Amino acid sequence: MTPEDLRRLFLEELSRIAPDIDPATVADDDHIQDDLELDSMDVLNLVSALHEKLGVDIPEADYPQIATPRLAAAYLAARTGEA
Amino acid sequence: MPSLGSDMESGRLVEWLVAPGDRVNRGDVIAVVETQKGAIEIESFDAGIVHELTAPMNEDLPVGTPLAVILAEGEEPPAGPTAPTATAEPAPETEPVAEPERPAPAVPVAASPPAQPDAIRPASPAARKRAGELGVDLTGVSGTGPGGAIVLADVERAAPTAPRPAPNPVEEMRKAIAAAMTRAKRTIPHYYLSETLDVDPAMRFLEERNADKPPTERVLLGALFVRATVLAAAKVKEMNGHYTEESGFAPSKEVNPGVAIALRGGGLVAPALADAVNMTLDETMSGMRDLVSRARAGRLRASEMTRGTITISSLGETGAEAMTGVIFPPQVALVGLGAPHLRPWIVDGAIVPRHVVTLTLSADHRVSDGRRAARFISEFETALKTPEAL
Repeated sequence: MTPEDLRRLFLEELSRIAPDIDPATVADDDHIQDDLELDSMDVLNLVSALHEKLGVDIPEADYPQIATPRLAAAYLAARTGEA
Repeated sequence: MPSLGSDMESGRLVEWLVAPGDRVNRGDVIAVVETQKGAIEIESFDAGIVHELTAPMNEDLPVGTPLAVILAEGEEPPAGPTAPTATAEPAPETEPVAEPERPAPAVPVAASPPAQPDAIRPASPAARKRAGELGVDLTGVSGTGPGGAIVLADVERAAPTAPRPAPNPVEEMRKAIAAAMTRAKRTIPHYYLSETLDVDPAMRFLEERNADKPPTERVLLGALFVRATVLAAAKVKEMNGHYTEESGFAPSKEVNPGVAIALRGGGLVAPALADAVNMTLDETMSGMRDLVSRARAGRLRASEMTRGTITISSLGETGAEAMTGVIFPPQVALVGLGAPHLRPWIVDGAIVPRHVVTLTLSADHRVSDGRRAARFISEFETALKTPEAL
């Protein structure tokens, strides 16, 4: 998957757990908690969804690295490249 | 149309999930109703076979309006034509011309009671004025006031001809919160006790516990708070139940913790878990995840909106350090939890950095006094000190 694919997938999952967010309005540097107002339960649901879709298990310590779509795309690219 | 809260007056039926002939059990989701608090799934009160769906779709229906006829095993359908008896407000005669895009109601609308064309219809001055503004002919309006007098609400009901703008969900939610919170502050003599708690042991416990768990099995601090609240509420009964003007305080045998969930774009709902005392920490956590997901998707159930016996409102991981909350009537207590903050703390005589959380219990002075609130907080604190036992 290219970083662009991963970014799109991240936004898709984001809008699935938070259906009131329109992915088209999310900027690359929007912070999922500070700007998009996800709470800790939403973040956990997002991490679970990414785990299921990509097989990438994101430990709690790495949550800051998926805090924006830009960061998340880079992080997921690195993690999916591991295998 | 069930009441989904003491301030709900009406709801709008937007979807049937059953059809005549379907078998339903008590508690099955049978319809979706749009309320000020969003779309809520309505559960059946009875078991049996759906005989007829009687309520019209997409109209505001007062609480108490029959929605469907469910026949028990072996029960005969009601005799005679199955048009609904006019138990609720009969629809005004002007109705059929309204909103042409609406599909014809499946059931003929009950005719208004015969008008008395030659009698002068009694009507309140406000109703006459509003009728003038809306162009409503009072002879076609049935009155619900004293002696059948037409009151303001009757006129407003009779004037749906100009399609009202679709209610703005955010504004509707605001109104629902305003009504509930105003009522709380007007009728509940709140008092408050606070305590700052060292949550480092709880956070360390979760860190270790979650480290080797896949995301679906991780537990958040909020779930520990709910468990601690449930255990404390089970011991201090004056914090767990409902208070009504008519019958005073009724303690609840079950502890059904309502979890306040902030919605993006504004507003807040507090759906409740059921009978949480015997749940494990994992079950509590997965119940909360489910509530949050469905709150976001607008798929909460009616029972979840009304069964809460105490509410927990937590500011999450970042934010202000304390919150003094407003009790959600008819409940009698609310646990407000600030976000964890790193602070100098004294442990065994030494000053050490610790994550602390300020708990503020809002309680109802009609039901309890400070001593009981202090006991509740002490039970909460004890529970949180041994998170592995939660």
